[in-house]
Amino acid sequence: MITSRDRTNFLNRRSFLELDARGRAAALFDEGTSRELVGPFDRVESPWLAIQDVTPQEDDGCVVMKGKIAGKAAVVVALEGAFQGGSMGEVSGEKMTAALDLACADSEKGILTSAVILLETGGVRLQEANLGLAAVAEIMASILILRKHAPVICVSAGTVGCFGGMALAAGLSSYIVLTREARLGLNGPEVIEQESGIDEWDSGDRALVFAINGGEQRYAMGLADALVEDDTPQIADAVRGFIAKGLPPIHRSSQVELYRRRIGALDTSRQWDPSELRRAWGTNASEEDKR
Amino acid sequence: MEQIEFDYPSKRKISRRAHIGVVGSGELEVLLEPGEGERSHVFIRTSVHGFRDTWKAVMDRFFAKYDGVVRIQINDAGGTPGSVMMRLEQAVEVSEQ
Repeated sequence: MITSRDRTNFLNRRSFLELDARGRAAALFDEGTSRELVGPFDRVESPWLAIQDVTPQEDDGCVVMKGKIAGKAAVVVALEGAFQGGSMGEVSGEKMTAALDLACADSEKGILTSAVILLETGGVRLQEANLGLAAVAEIMASILILRKHAPVICVSAGTVGCFGGMALAAGLSSYIVLTREARLGLNGPEVIEQESGIDEWDSGDRALVFAINGGEQRYAMGLADALVEDDTPQIADAVRGFIAKGLPPIHRSSQVELYRRRIGALDTSRQWDPSELRRAWGTNASEEDKR
Repeated sequence: MEQIEFDYPSKRKISRRAHIGVVGSGELEVLLEPGEGERSHVFIRTSVHGFRDTWKAVMDRFFAKYDGVVRIQINDAGGTPGSVMMRLEQAVEVSEQ
């Protein structure tokens, strides 16, 4: 039931989804502490798009900002979902990798620097194929090194969501923050439909897509650490909270045995319902591991 | 992708640059920076071919009102003349804040 308080909350929200990548990144920092690195006026654009007749963007759809969050050093890397589907190319990938590596270098010098990655992406940019794949591999390697020192927090607010290779990168992060409008998955619904047919997955069925990939389901399955409203202060609070908390006792992607056990126990001879998976996997993973 | 360039005579010096927009479907990115001398330069890259005359009409109208010496770069993914003009005006507003 929608109460009048819900309605007031909804009307008073400051939408995060309506911000572009630059606006989203800036909104997470302590006021007056952020500055952009390699911005649009530095004109570091993709050298591959123009020769394929695609208009480039001056920041290659990747915004890097440095500053303080909750009083601690942090770097935010935001992908622009509206430019080429937030896809990772050579330049955007290198910007993200370099930002993570600099955060790691600072952390090793004693200035612990967390990274926040805002993911609105379909994965590798097809026009840059192998270079995009290489970029994703480098990003994953950099996340693995940085997360020894300081938390790496991935946020997907929507509406693009996070798919493809960057979903693997998200899986390596210390914490994942999602909204109900976000979707998180390896192969996107359109790709599955294209490869395996509409009987396998009807990507036009939004209820089905969100029942499987949607932020609420992912959180309920224990694959994300926070589910927040599309509200800028709420998302910023969630990020601040995880930065203040520091590293998790064990990263989700290190719980290999737990997930092997879970997948091994799944009866794949029948179709599972998303709500059954919530019940089966919904307990906090680290608590289950302690048992 | 088509590249289009225009020059306009201008006089007033400006000091601040502005960046507006995203190269998304039906949208465009505008980079506006202080220029040199008494001439403004416009460099456009657009995904839609064959609209040079329309671009010229929009830029003629913009520079009929705006007198700053600027270098403008537009990366366009199919913005309509109306949205191009709004993005240009938005860039001017930000550069004069």
